[in-house]
Amino acid sequence: MARMVNMSGKVVELPRFEGRWLRLIAIGAVVAWFLLSSFYTVDADEVGVIQRFGKYVETMQPGLHMKIPFGIETVKKVKVQRVLKEEFGYRTQAPGVRTTYEEADYSSESLMLTGDLSCALVEWIVQYRIKDPKAYLFHVRDITGTIRDLTQSAMRQVVGDHSVDEVIITNRQEISLEVRDLLQELLDHTETGVDIVTVNLQDVNPPGPVQPAFNAVNEAKQERERIINEALEAYNKVIPQAQGEAEQLRRQAEGYSVNRVNRARGDADKFLAIWQEYSRARDVTRRRMYLETMLDVMPRVKEVYIIDDKQSNLIPLLQMRGLEKGGQP
Amino acid sequence: MNFRRIFLLLAVFVLVLVAGASFYTLDETQQAIITQFGEPVDQPIREAGLHMKVPFIQKVTIFDKRILEWDGAPNQIPTEDKKYIWVNTFARWRIVDPLKFYQSVNNETAAQSRLDDIIDGVTRDIITQSPLIEIVRNSNREMTTIVEGDSGTVEPAVESQEIETITSGRSQIMDRILAKVSEMVPQYGIEVIDIRIKHINYIDDVLRKVYDRMIAERNRIAEKYRSEGQGERAKIDGQREKDLQTITSQAYKQAQQIKGEADARAARIYADAYNRDPEFYSFLQTLDSYRTTLNQNSTLFLKTDSDFLKYLKSTAPR
Repeated sequence: MARMVNMSGKVVELPRFEGRWLRLIAIGAVVAWFLLSSFYTVDADEVGVIQRFGKYVETMQPGLHMKIPFGIETVKKVKVQRVLKEEFGYRTQAPGVRTTYEEADYSSESLMLTGDLSCALVEWIVQYRIKDPKAYLFHVRDITGTIRDLTQSAMRQVVGDHSVDEVIITNRQEISLEVRDLLQELLDHTETGVDIVTVNLQDVNPPGPVQPAFNAVNEAKQERERIINEALEAYNKVIPQAQGEAEQLRRQAEGYSVNRVNRARGDADKFLAIWQEYSRARDVTRRRMYLETMLDVMPRVKEVYIIDDKQSNLIPLLQMRGLEKGGQP
Repeated sequence: MNFRRIFLLLAVFVLVLVAGASFYTLDETQQAIITQFGEPVDQPIREAGLHMKVPFIQKVTIFDKRILEWDGAPNQIPTEDKKYIWVNTFARWRIVDPLKFYQSVNNETAAQSRLDDIIDGVTRDIITQSPLIEIVRNSNREMTTIVEGDSGTVEPAVESQEIETITSGRSQIMDRILAKVSEMVPQYGIEVIDIRIKHINYIDDVLRKVYDRMIAERNRIAEKYRSEGQGERAKIDGQREKDLQTITSQAYKQAQQIKGEADARAARIYADAYNRDPEFYSFLQTLDSYRTTLNQNSTLFLKTDSDFLKYLKSTAPR
């Protein structure tokens, strides 16, 4: 039953189009649509939020599920397990083994006033997780923007209550925690359904023009340590040596002492020994000792003159001696 | 037959059209008002789901139900103490009365521009009435600054400017802005949930001065470190001198004491021994001195009646 169409006098035969095929294709399409819109899977790191005619019905856990097809029920999948991250004051360009960062200047984000009316450049990250998928999907329109704005506001509020030294050096941890708590409070107030995992201060620096002065402080600190070390070095160079020398002096004195006492004792013992013998035969010993000494001494002296008691004048004798030796008066 | 078929087709088509015009769905994120020839009918629809209306006559206008963003442009505002700062605020708001909203501002873009006017104005009013410190700080929390002492401890800030106390602080200022704005927006069917200061920054001129002050502050600390080092060195040097003197003098003292004691002991030992017979001692000592003092340069005169020569004249005992 081919259809014939008369076109400008020619009769053209259109291809046969079986109604059976048409129906089959239509039914197939409908079945495919039915199946595709009835079944869905929820991955392990997400939940599925089901809406019927736009109205929230329920939240499905991971697995294979069915819903009413043909767009009556729709599913929105939310990654509730995933930890999301926002960066402030810098941007990661390509994370990897060697992460690269954008060179652009984000100081409008990071430059903030501290409580002592100074400035600091604060870079930080916020990690968050979707706690309440329903609230996350339906309560706030620009959720990332909201998180970013609130985070900046919270960070600035907290930094505004700390001195520049606290921000840069001493109280980083405390600031992170305070911002975390404040931010969570603000996010709950705005019903974002988001749970802050962590707020982490990254690089916190003094502003560019002030940086050299900050470095100078560190240098001065190093210098102080160096000067002190040098002084200690000089101390250590002298004092132990002096202690050793003092000990030497003491020991020398002790040596002297031992020497002195021993000698005294020796001399005394020697004297006593001689004296003991002497006291047994005083006269003889005395004479013997005298004569022994004289015998010892006499040969050594240059000249010995013997003078008789009656001879009182010495000079003639000496003159004689001179003649004898030199031959001339 | 053909005519009946066409009629059936037409009927189905009309039915679908009427059904389509009678039903509408609202997402969880949406709310709507129904107007009949431009005139609002009933209360606004806030419930999500499938709804019905009179087809063709009633019209549905949909608005967002969610919390919406408003982000102000940075404004240069002088504070009460005449310091110029950039203030950048943002706000979260939502349409609470879609009908009023529809009637007064009609759409979101117009609403944003109303909010610009209102929030910027209120912010400017309140900032100009507040000193800078009130805007920056949030509490009178005692801040510490590094004025490192000898022990390297952190001490409370000492500068008068830094311990200036505040009476309200940033969050109260933000609350005041919010309160004032909240009075003005209900006429637009809007609720402002919060207004917060995103950035406060000095204008460039002031910033340079602040940097200069910070540099001066750091230089002061650096100088302190350096002078601390010098002081510490002087201390150590002094200690060294003192220790050195102590050690050497003490050693000298002890050495002298030991020596003196030894001399005393020796003297006692000598005295004890020689006292037994002083005469014999002097005899011995004299003999000894002969041995040591007489040598080849000495000339000795001996009388013939001396002990040594007495036998020279006679051998007879005397």
